[in-house]
Amino acid sequence: MLAYLTSLFEPGHALGLLAWSPPGWGQVFLTGLLRTMEISVGAYTMGLVIGVIGAFGKLYGGEVIRDLFSIYTTVVRAVPELVEILILFYAVPNVINQVLVSMGHDRITLPQLLVGITVLGVVVGAYMTEVLRGAILAVPHGQIEAARAYGMPPAMVARRVTMPQMLMNALPGMSNLWLNTNKDTALLAVIGFNELTLTTAQAAGSTKAYFFFFFAAGVLYMIISILSGRVFAFFERRSRKGQPQIRGGVI
Amino acid sequence: MPDASIQGGAAAKRPDAIRIENLHKSFGPLEVLKGVSLTAREGDVVAIIGGSGSGKSTMLRCINFLETPTSGRITIGSEEIALKPDGSPANRKQIEQLRRSLGMVFQNFNLWSHRTVMENLIEVPVHVLGVPKAEAIARAEKLLARVGLAEKADVYPAFMSGGQQQRAAIARALAIEPRAMLFDEPTSALDPELVGEVLNVIRGLADEGRTMILVTHEMKFAREVSSHVIYLHNGVIEEEGPPEQLFGDPKSERLKQFLKSVA
Ligand SMILES: Nc1ncnc2c1ncn2[C@@H]1O[C@H](COP(=O)(O)OP(=O)(O)OP(=O)(O)O)[C@@H](O)[C@H]1O
Ligand SMILES: [Mg+2]
Repeated sequence: MLAYLTSLFEPGHALGLLAWSPPGWGQVFLTGLLRTMEISVGAYTMGLVIGVIGAFGKLYGGEVIRDLFSIYTTVVRAVPELVEILILFYAVPNVINQVLVSMGHDRITLPQLLVGITVLGVVVGAYMTEVLRGAILAVPHGQIEAARAYGMPPAMVARRVTMPQMLMNALPGMSNLWLNTNKDTALLAVIGFNELTLTTAQAAGSTKAYFFFFFAAGVLYMIISILSGRVFAFFERRSRKGQPQIRGGVI
Repeated sequence: MPDASIQGGAAAKRPDAIRIENLHKSFGPLEVLKGVSLTAREGDVVAIIGGSGSGKSTMLRCINFLETPTSGRITIGSEEIALKPDGSPANRKQIEQLRRSLGMVFQNFNLWSHRTVMENLIEVPVHVLGVPKAEAIARAEKLLARVGLAEKADVYPAFMSGGQQQRAAIARALAIEPRAMLFDEPTSALDPELVGEVLNVIRGLADEGRTMILVTHEMKFAREVSSHVIYLHNGVIEEEGPPEQLFGDPKSERLKQFLKSVA
C-alpha cells in the first residue's frame, strides 16, 4: 500500500511532477505550503494580539484611544487588502528605516517573512478588533457586574469573566477570519513572496502543467481549511460547555 | 417575637454596619435619589420598598458603588468611603476592599455561566480573597448543602431552574463571608412556585442574625423578616420605621395607596 502510494510520486507516474527532488516539484511545493502556514499563523497571532487590545480599547478606552482604533479599523477594512499589502510592504520598511536613520543607525533590510507577517497581521488585527468587540458586547452585562460587585479588580474581571465568555461568542467569527487570513497569504505573491500560490505559479509556468499544479494547490488549501475547521470546532465545543445546546430543540 | 424594649436596648449597643447619609444620585438631568439616609446596625434587616422607578435599586447599588453617588457619605463598618467632590470614589482599592465585604444578590442571579456552581462559589474566595482552594471547596460544600444544592455542585447554571440559580447565587454571596448581604429583588425574576424556596433561604439568614439590606416587592415577607422598613417614593424616603408600624399603621397617604396597590 505504502509502496504503491510512494510509487505514484516517481517520475513518469501520475503524481510524478510532485516528486520530492528535481525534476519533481515536491520539495519546492511543500516549502511554499510551509511559508504560507508561517505567515498565516504569524499574522493571525499578531492580529489576535491587536484585536484583544483594540476591542478592549474601543470599548473601555478613553476618547483618544477609541478614536485611534476607530480610524484604524475603518481605514483598514475599507481599502482592498491587495492595495494595503502593497502600501504597507513599501511603507513599513521605509518608516522603520527612517526612524533608524534619524536615530543615527544604519538602514537595515528587514527579513521578508517578518514584513509579510506584519503587513497581513495589521489587516487581520482590524477585523479581529471588530469580531472581538462584538463578542464582548454579547457577554451578559450582569455577569461582569457580578464580578465587579465582589471586588474583582478590572484586569481579573477581563481575564476570568469577560474573556472566556467572549471567546465563546467570538470563535465562529475567529474561525472565519482564520480561513480568510490563510487565503489572503496568496496576495503576498504579488510582492514576490514565495508562498504556496507563487510557488504553484512558478511550477505551473515551467512545466506547463497548469491545471495539475493549481488543482494540487487547491487541494492543499482545502486540507488546511478542513483540519483547522476541526480545531476550531473543538475549541468551540469546549467553550460552550456551560450553554444548553441549540440543536435538538422542538423547532 | 422578643419584647420591643429589649430589642431596642440591644440595638443601641450593636455597632453600625452600613450608614448612608444624605445620598444624592442623578443620571444626567434626572435626579433619582434626593438625599436619602439609612443606618443598618449589625444584625439588622432593612427592607426597602416602593414603586417601580422610585430609586430602590439605585440606592442599594450606591452602597457598593455599582452606581457612583452624586454626593453623600457612605460608611461601611467604621470606615468612611473617601469620595471626590463629584461623589465618585477617590480610591479604587478601597472600593474593591469594601465590595469584598458585601455579598450582593441580583434579580437575575448573574451566576457566571461558563463555570459550574462549585466554581462560581469558590471563584472569589480563591482568586480574590486568597483562600486555599481545598478550604474554599469545603466551605462551599457546606453552603450548597445549606441552600439545598449539594447535588448540583458540578452543574452549569444554565441547566438549573431559576430558584436553584438564585439559591446558588446566595451561596456564592455567602462564600465571601460578607459583613452584610445586599439583595435586589431576589425573587422578582422567579416563577411564583419558585419564590418560596428562595425566601426560605433568606429567612434562614435573617434568623441567624445576618445584616441584610433587602429591596423587595414581597410585602408579606418584608414584614416578617425585617427589623426596619424604608418606603421610597420618587427618590425620597417618604416613611420609615419598624415593620409593624409601617405595614400596620402607615401614616402617609402615599404609603397607604402603595400598600393597597400591592396587596
Ligand atoms: N443607568 C441609568 N441611566 C439612566 N437612568 C437610570 C439608570 N438606572 C436607573 N435609572 C432611572 O432611575 C430611576 C430609578 O431606577 P431604579 O432602578 O433605582 O428604580 P427601582 O425603584 O429599583 O425600580 P424597580 O422596582 O422597577 O426595580 C428610574 O427612573 C430609572 O429609569
Ligand atoms: Mg430595581
